[in-house]
Amino acid sequence: MDVLVCVKRVPVTGGRISLTDDEQDIDTRYLGFTVSPHEECAVEEAVRLVEAHGGSSTVLTLGPAVAEEQLRDAMSMGANRAVLIEAEGPGWDGGATAAAIARAIGDAGVEYDLLLFGNESADAGGYQVGIRVAHLLDLPCVTGVKHLEIRDGKAVARREGPGGFEIYEVPLPAVITVKEGINLPRYPSIPGRLRAKKAPVERLHLDAPQPGLEKIRLRLPQGRDKQVEILGDGAAGVERAVEVLRQIGVMPP
Amino acid sequence: MIVGLVEHDGGVVSEPSLQMLTLGRRLAERLGEPLAALVIGSEARPVVDGLAAYGVETVHHAVDDRLDRYAPDAWAACVVDLMGTAGPTAVLAAGTDRGNEVMAHVGARTGLPVGANCTEVQPGDPFLVTRLRWGGSLLEDARLHGEVKLLTVAPHSIQAEEGPAAGGWSVEEFSPALQDTDFRVQVARQEGRPAGKVSLPEARVVVGGGRGVGSPEGFGPLEELAELLGGVVGCSRVVTSLGWRPHTDQVGQTGVRIAPDIYIACGISGAIQHMVGAKGAKRILVINTDRQAPILTHADYAIIGDVQQVVPALVSAIREGKGL
Ligand SMILES: Cc1cc2nc3c(=O)[nH]c(=O)nc-3n(C[C@H](O)[C@H](O)[C@H](O)COP(=O)(O)OP(=O)(O)OC[C@H]3O[C@@H](n4cnc5c(N)ncnc54)[C@H](O)[C@@H]3O)c2cc1C
Ligand SMILES: Nc1ncnc2c1ncn2[C@@H]1O[C@H](COP(=O)(O)O)[C@@H](O)[C@H]1O
Repeated sequence: MDVLVCVKRVPVTGGRISLTDDEQDIDTRYLGFTVSPHEECAVEEAVRLVEAHGGSSTVLTLGPAVAEEQLRDAMSMGANRAVLIEAEGPGWDGGATAAAIARAIGDAGVEYDLLLFGNESADAGGYQVGIRVAHLLDLPCVTGVKHLEIRDGKAVARREGPGGFEIYEVPLPAVITVKEGINLPRYPSIPGRLRAKKAPVERLHLDAPQPGLEKIRLRLPQGRDKQVEILGDGAAGVERAVEVLRQIGVMPP
Repeated sequence: MIVGLVEHDGGVVSEPSLQMLTLGRRLAERLGEPLAALVIGSEARPVVDGLAAYGVETVHHAVDDRLDRYAPDAWAACVVDLMGTAGPTAVLAAGTDRGNEVMAHVGARTGLPVGANCTEVQPGDPFLVTRLRWGGSLLEDARLHGEVKLLTVAPHSIQAEEGPAAGGWSVEEFSPALQDTDFRVQVARQEGRPAGKVSLPEARVVVGGGRGVGSPEGFGPLEELAELLGGVVGCSRVVTSLGWRPHTDQVGQTGVRIAPDIYIACGISGAIQHMVGAKGAKRILVINTDRQAPILTHADYAIIGDVQQVVPALVSAIREGKGL
């Protein structure tokens, strides 16, 4: 079975985020890059499905040329092919991104059995690219999936619903968006890394579109700016901690 | 007209939907337009009357036998059908799993942009919206274009408030135009959640463990502490990635959101993606060897020390206090 996985390059932020002076982006001068945890799980799921059912997995991203790094990361986990849609600029909202991805899939002439996405991207959190791609390609789409099985040409997908778990069964080809927790992604092996370093990356280029959701600026939410009370060092702090627990009313009677 | 897509659970309107209607009503007042609600399926019947209190003038009730089990794209078809007949200025849903899902389908069907998880909305053309990014660690001010504005309202970003009842009040049932293909994706069956212990989002006390706990066995004393206080154990993503705890225990952007009376965070550095999951905590007590750890800027109380030493000491002190 042939599986496509879509991932998006995002910075790894630590305990504090700083913005660039023009307030358009996160200041990434001192940061590394990664993909959303949901997408990392999507890559793992694709690799496992191909291990179990044969076929091949392709990882695709739309982003700057340096997003090649995230494609190679995915290949070092076992993805077989990589496609980079080189696209810069701020115009890439959910609609434009989905249109570009759907076109790249159509133009390549590959018939994928399964298209995997993250439930939402780490940075934009639009909750929509996978669903929009499904409509453009006229495929069924299940979102937020935490357990997936492929049998008899069908995807059996489980997710959390308001009252418990919901189970969906859809025929392939289908779009599935996944959430972290569906699996535990592997660490890339050394041979995997070496292979990924040399593997080819297919490239397409697109110009920035006119966005329907147009960013004006990013802002940091107002912090609570708390004054922390140090209760003590080591076991010496325990006595006052017990007092605090009693005050709050969570100490057992 | 402003239309709000209302979700309910077993005949009770969900809290995020009431919050969405509150924002929708304010928007409608500023525009001088009526507020309408859309409810879907026969199970929604009991919730219809309660909506008048939130300033809803007309409830559009989509009925079709096939709508009784949730089907995201069919729900979107109901929204699009109503958009055709009612010509709203904007359609709103709650920024829940279902709300975001249905609105993305509506956006795809109509070719319109969707603004997910908005916290503030100013009408005009375009709308000016503020929305959550990075799971709520960052805000974005944006222009939302499109002939009809489609957006979801971030849960718990505003409080649900009843409003002046609208002048008139009516319920209009309609049979949306639905194709069989709209039901390609539909809940086939449901499974209950395993009953038993308190769930993380509802727990009054959460004891969280991070890399600093050191090992899966290191969580033993944290379990003990949680149990003594009637709470549950949570953890950071590093801990789930290492396979020390199941992902269901993870607190944060891609895990669970907690809102306890106290969050006792042990050996956790306080990465922004972890802390967005703990924003609802009333108080935070940190146990960490590093006085400079970012989590201290979010904390009310801290003990500077080794988890392996401090947590067992805390457990015995509580037992003594309890007279065990
Ligand atoms: C898009 C995205 C989403 C993410 N989502 C989540 C999420 O949902 N949840 C989440 O948690 N993370 C998430 N992360 C990961 C996050 O950025 C951090 O990597 C993670 O939270 C760090 O976990 P930690 O605090 O356990 O580990 P570390 O950052 O390594 O911190 C360990 C801490 O333990 C302290 N320590 C060490 N030894 C001891 C000891 N013996 N006693 C006491 N203290 C000790 C250290 O001083 C340090 O402060 C996400 C990341 C990204 C990019
Ligand atoms: N620029 C991109 N390149 C590749 N995939 C993307 C891109 N943006 C979003 N996606 C995919 O679509 C999912 C949902 O994104 P979003 O709609 O932004 O929340 C992500 O988890 C990715 O799998």
